[in-house]
Amino acid sequence: MEPIHLHKIDYTILVAYVGFVIGIGWMLARYVKTSSDFLTSARSIPTWVTGLAFISANLGALELVGMAASGAKYGISTAHFYWVGAIPAMIFLAVFMMPFYYGSKARSVPEYLKMRFDERVRALNSIAFAVMTIFASGISMNALAKLLTNLLPWQFDLNAGIAHLGSYDVYLWICSGVVLIYVLKGGLTSAIYTEVLQFFMIVLGFAPVVYLGLKDVGGWHSMNHALQAVATNPAALYLKPAGVTYAPDAWTSAWQPVLAGPAHNPMGVDIFAMVFGLGFVLSFGYWCTNFLVVQRAMAAKNMAAARNTPLVAAVPKMLFPFLVIVPGMIAAALCTLPDKNYRIPPPIVSPAAYARAVDVVKAANPADDTAAVTAVVDALGVKMDAEKINSLVAANAAGKLSDEQIKQGLYNSIAENDYDGVILSLVKKYCPPGLMGLALTALLASFMSGMAGNVTAFNTVFTYDLYQAYFVKGKSDRHYFLTGKVITVVGIVLSIAAAYFASRYNNCMDIIQLVFGFVNAPLFATFLLGMFWKRTTGTGAFLGLFGGIGSSALFHALTIAQGNVPGIKGGYIKVLQVFPSEMAQNFWLATFAFIVCFTLTLVISLATESKKTDEELKGLVYSLTPKIKSDNLPFFLQPGVVGIVLLIACAILNIIFW
Amino acid sequence: MGLDIRWPIGLMFTLIGVLLTGYGVVKPAGSVSLDININLVWGIVLLVFGVLMLVGAVRGGKNPPPA
Repeated sequence: MEPIHLHKIDYTILVAYVGFVIGIGWMLARYVKTSSDFLTSARSIPTWVTGLAFISANLGALELVGMAASGAKYGISTAHFYWVGAIPAMIFLAVFMMPFYYGSKARSVPEYLKMRFDERVRALNSIAFAVMTIFASGISMNALAKLLTNLLPWQFDLNAGIAHLGSYDVYLWICSGVVLIYVLKGGLTSAIYTEVLQFFMIVLGFAPVVYLGLKDVGGWHSMNHALQAVATNPAALYLKPAGVTYAPDAWTSAWQPVLAGPAHNPMGVDIFAMVFGLGFVLSFGYWCTNFLVVQRAMAAKNMAAARNTPLVAAVPKMLFPFLVIVPGMIAAALCTLPDKNYRIPPPIVSPAAYARAVDVVKAANPADDTAAVTAVVDALGVKMDAEKINSLVAANAAGKLSDEQIKQGLYNSIAENDYDGVILSLVKKYCPPGLMGLALTALLASFMSGMAGNVTAFNTVFTYDLYQAYFVKGKSDRHYFLTGKVITVVGIVLSIAAAYFASRYNNCMDIIQLVFGFVNAPLFATFLLGMFWKRTTGTGAFLGLFGGIGSSALFHALTIAQGNVPGIKGGYIKVLQVFPSEMAQNFWLATFAFIVCFTLTLVISLATESKKTDEELKGLVYSLTPKIKSDNLPFFLQPGVVGIVLLIACAILNIIFW
Repeated sequence: MGLDIRWPIGLMFTLIGVLLTGYGVVKPAGSVSLDININLVWGIVLLVFGVLMLVGAVRGGKNPPPA
C-alpha cells in the first residue's frame, strides 16, 4: 500500500487529540491521591460516562479493524457478535450479576471470587486474566504500530548500540509512551475519560466514511445487490478457494445462511455453535466476567448507576454494526463494481519486491505461461492469480506498459487479502484532507485506549489480587498506590513485548477469540454456579476452572480448521476433528470448555463440603441476597424493564436482517 | 471526580469543528469527496456537538447534581 499523504490539517487534528488526552491525565492527577482513586476511581463516576467507557473499553483493534475485516469476509452475519452475543449478555450482567459485583464491595472480579470461594480460585483467575490483558493490549499496540509504519512518511532506521530500531519499533514505543503518561497521571479515571472521548471520536470519525462509502456503492440496496455477486462467486475476490459458492443472500442475511448449515455460510458455523458457543458461552463469558469491562461498571457512583452502566452501553452497542461491519460489506461490494477500481487490499509487499516482479514481467516470454507465473510468485512472495499474470505479460508484450501500469497489474493479481487493511483502504479512498485527520485520529484513539483499558485492569488485578494478596500484605495505602504506578509501567513494558509477539500473526481477531476461548469460556460456568447455587464449593470451582482451561487447550491441540496446517492453529498433538472454519473451531472449543468446567464444578461441589456459612455468602449468592428494591426509580427505569425493552429492540434488528 | 468530562469533550470537538469548517470554507484543491464538501458539512456537525457539550458543562457546573 502506498503511504497516505497527510496534510497539515490532519497532523493538527492528530496532535490536538493527543494533547487533550495527555491534558486530561494532567488535570486528573491532582485528584488522584490514594490507591483506590488510582485503581478503582473511588466509585465516583456518573452513569453515562461509565456506560460509554464500558463499550469503549472493548472498542480497540478488535472492534474497528477486526469487525470491518469480518464484514468483508462474512457479511452481515458478523452482527451476531452484537445481536446474539453482546446485547443479551450485557443485559444479563446489569439485571442479575451487577448486584453481586457492586454489592459485595469487591474491588475486582478475582476479589469477588475470593469472597465467594477461596484464594485458589482468585489466584488462578487473576493470573489468567493478567496474562490475557497483556496479550490484548499487545495486539492493539502491534496493530497501531504497523498502521503508523505504513502510513506516516517518516521512516526510521536507528542504530542504538546493541539494538537496531526500525519504524515499527519507534512508533510502538512512542504510542506506548503516550498511554503510559496519561494512565500514570490519572489512573483508571484517566483511562475511562479517554475512553469516552474515544467513543465520540470513533462515532463521529467513522460515520462520514460509512456515509460516503454507501453513497459511492449507490445506497443500501445497490450494496446488497452487489453482495449477491460476491456470495455466488467469492473466489473472484479471493475470499474463498475457487469453486466455493453460496446462496445469493449469504452476505446479506444474518440467519438464513447459518440455519442452512456450515457449508452454506461463509463463517462455516452451524446454528448450535452460533447460538450456544458464541451467544451464550463466549459472549456471556466475556461481558459478564471480564474485569476489563466489568471494572467500568464497578467505578459507578452507586448501585443503580452500576446496574444501568451496561444498559446505557447496550443502546449504542446495538447500532455499532452499522458503523463497524457495514464498511467491510461496502468494501466487498465495491470489488464487484469494475468502475470503482477497488480491491480488498492484498498483503503489503515491499517496493523492492514489486520492482523485481516488474522486471520479471518485462522479461517474461508470453509463450511460456508457467515460467512467468513462478518467477513472479518468487519475486513477490505471495499467492498470485496465474490468469491475471498471463494476461499482464501478454498485454506488456503486445504494447509496452509503463512500470506503474505493470505494478498496478501485479497489485491486482495478488490472490490473497489482508482483511485487516479494509477499514484503512476505505478511509484512504473517501476521506479528503481534514476528514482524513479525523478518521485516522479515531483509529489511533481506539488503539491507544485499547491498551490503556487493559493496562488499568491489569494494574488493579496485579496490585490488589496478586501483590497485596500474596506478596506484601498489610502495608500503608501509600505503598499500594506507588505499587500500582510501578505495575502500570511494568504492564506497558510487557504489552510491548506482547506486541512484538503478535506482530508474527495475521488476523488478530482469530487470535483474540482463541485466547478468550481458553480463559473466559470455562469462567462463566464458575460464575453461573457460584452466583446461583449456594452449594458450589471452593474446591469444585477451582478444579472445575482448572479443568476447563486445560480442556480448552487440549481441545485446541486435537482439532483444526479446514485448510490450516497443524501447529499454532491447533491440531498439534493429533487431529481428531476437522471444523469447516476457524470460527467454528473457536465456538466449539468454548462450548466444550464450558461444559467440562460446569460438570466438574457441579460434581466436585457435591462431593466436597462447603467451607462458607450462609451468613458469609450473603450478598454473594442469589438465593441468600435480599432483592434490591429500586422503588425510588419510576417503573420504566427499573433495570429489569429496561432490559426487556432492549431485548425486544435487539430481536427486531435480528428479524429485519433475518 | 473533580473534572467534568464534558469540558474536554466539548473543547476538543469545538476546536476540531472550527478547524474542519474553516478548511471546508477555504476548500483547497482535492478536498472534495464524491462532489460533497464533506469537511464543511462535518465540521459544522462537530462544532454543534462540541458547543452542546460545553453548554452542558456550564449548566452542570452551576447546578451540581446531588451526590
